[in-house]
Amino acid sequence: MNEAIKHPPRTHSEPLTVGTAEHRRALLQQMMLVRRFEERCVELYQAAKIRGFLHLYIGEEAVAVGAMQSLEPRDVVLATYREHGHALARGVDPGAVMAEMFGKVNGCSRGRGGSMHLFDVSHGLLGGNAIVAGHLPMAVGVGLASRMQRTGSVAACFFGEGAVAEGEFHESMNLASLWKLPVVFLCENNSYAMGTAVERSEAQTDLSLKASTYGVPAYRIDGMDVEAVEQGVRGAVAIARESGPVFVELMTYRFRAHSMYDPELYRDKQEVAAWREHDPITLLADRLRAAGDLDDDALAQMELAVTETVDAAVAMAETGELEPVDDLTRFVHAEATR
Amino acid sequence: MSRVTMTYREACRQAIREAMLRDERVFLMGEDVGAYGGCFAVSKGLLDEFGPSRIRDTPLSESGFVGAGIGAAIEGMRPIVEIMTVNFSLLALDQIMNNAATLRHMSGGQLGVPLVIRMATGAGRQLAAQHSHSLEGWYAHIPGLTVLAPGVVEDARAMLWPALQDPDPVLIFENAALYNSEAEIDDPPPVVDIRSAAVRRHGSDVTLITYGGSLHKTIAAAEQLASEDIDAEVVDLRVLRPLDDATIMASVANTHRVVVVDEGWRTGSLAAEITTRIVEQAFWDLDGPVARVCSAEVPIPYAKHLEDAALPDVDKIVHAVRRTLGEGA
Ligand SMILES: Cc1ncc(C[n+]2csc(CCOP(=O)(O)OP(=O)(O)O)c2C)c(N)n1
Repeated sequence: MNEAIKHPPRTHSEPLTVGTAEHRRALLQQMMLVRRFEERCVELYQAAKIRGFLHLYIGEEAVAVGAMQSLEPRDVVLATYREHGHALARGVDPGAVMAEMFGKVNGCSRGRGGSMHLFDVSHGLLGGNAIVAGHLPMAVGVGLASRMQRTGSVAACFFGEGAVAEGEFHESMNLASLWKLPVVFLCENNSYAMGTAVERSEAQTDLSLKASTYGVPAYRIDGMDVEAVEQGVRGAVAIARESGPVFVELMTYRFRAHSMYDPELYRDKQEVAAWREHDPITLLADRLRAAGDLDDDALAQMELAVTETVDAAVAMAETGELEPVDDLTRFVHAEATR
Repeated sequence: MSRVTMTYREACRQAIREAMLRDERVFLMGEDVGAYGGCFAVSKGLLDEFGPSRIRDTPLSESGFVGAGIGAAIEGMRPIVEIMTVNFSLLALDQIMNNAATLRHMSGGQLGVPLVIRMATGAGRQLAAQHSHSLEGWYAHIPGLTVLAPGVVEDARAMLWPALQDPDPVLIFENAALYNSEAEIDDPPPVVDIRSAAVRRHGSDVTLITYGGSLHKTIAAAEQLASEDIDAEVVDLRVLRPLDDATIMASVANTHRVVVVDEGWRTGSLAAEITTRIVEQAFWDLDGPVARVCSAEVPIPYAKHLEDAALPDVDKIVHAVRRTLGEGA
């Protein structure tokens, strides 16, 4: 089982879910949006429009896109600093995300958070959290509030496998299980925490065993296959809503550096190339073609639509205003309604 | 003796190398110090030179590996623990404060924790609220710790060895904005103590007291003021705990006016402590109130113009000095 971590998952020639062709094309387009959005972010970073840390999700798009499909508007999403894909897949306005990275006041966090801290309460997105594992206890609290208020909502908490080594992971699993809270722990296992491969940081690399120890049911899913993710997470969300926490390990891979300053000394170019062969976007596009549900024209149209969305997002960011410096110390405490 | 030019980063690396070569009890551990080469590339190359037993990559477990450093230090090793940044040291705060700082005392002097913890600190790179803390003043609050903040390349090179000789825990704060700074220093490096401040610029009109990442801004401000015929003295604290009162008060006795520059937030800050000590010990030497240039009372925002507005800079220091000189007798 551990071997699966180092090597790309097998390509699934058989589609795992049989959604409508329309739905499957929508999944494809969402993944393309995340990809093109982030590719544009790289250009804008090089042009110094975006600064600070920029962690790309390229290669991992199937995870956020697939996982969001089964979440309802009342559900709450908590993610890491690698969360552009989560924000977009959750439906946050791409323009507000881009403007945030430009540090503009029309950004989803008013330019105060940047790439690592995308917040949009209207979409149930509680960050954008940049302390590894720091948001897991919060997810437990979100689940607790749901139980106590009987809202039926679920907390979907995304984190990297690196977080599993932190005490907060273990404390959160135990609490959520003890109190039977509706939390889905979505572990995005991309094999590396910065430069540390999982087998160099975990004495037990079968992460599902850790969840089982706390009495939390655990599932491992091919995170390069958006349909497998959708189907698997749908089941997990149903269990969480009904009875208590679930742990889902999504096997994925980041194609790019950890952030913008990473010489990637710790991994083989061949390993990256091998995973690129399992690009989640190509995988689904090929499947759709094979099923006769996608042709060159349709794909070109999707590319066009995505490009237009990204262009519009950049335009919104470019034309956005900077918050007046006089407002510097706002939002430290609650304000009287203005 | 010769002179060599190196960056602050290289100075940190050479200091670690030298310590590892001189004392086999010394080892380095922390997140990504090995295969990745250190998140600020400080330990790049050391894994090849010393091997994975002495250049130890740890999981993301700040509390765990800092605690392990404490245990190993008690039992005769000389660990250098690297916490990527002060922001993540908060996960290890319990170990630092409740164990490292207290064990000698609680055990009635039976135990000692000769541990060095290095971490990057500071804002200014648009990393937003969770990655921009300057909490060295907090750590300077804790009895049982020695807290260092090398602000120049020479100190980055020279302070690690005496820190490792200390029988008690020493925290070293490396302001991330300094890693690329470069200077020519003595080779071999000078022997420094880890108890005294350094006067970086002599002057007679006003004393500017600072440390770490604010040092270069303060020196730049002093130079700008010189063109206005204001002669500023710059005191680099270097050691935030224990504070070198003698150097501070001697300078105040000479200039009679003080501006303290500190990247920490103003309330309850190191700057507040220094100001109080001056008021306690040198009140009659003062010709006017002590001024402070600190960070604004806000989590550090991402947007550049807001981050800049939140942090001390040359302009703010210059203005504070002008105001101070305009006040009082
Ligand atoms: C508590 C804490 N320690 C260290 C860091 C620095 N850091 C940021 S991301 C990261 C790697 C995390 O890896 P993983 O959880 O696997 O997520 P990935 O980045 O692969 O998505 C590290 C060490 C941090 N942000 N928080």
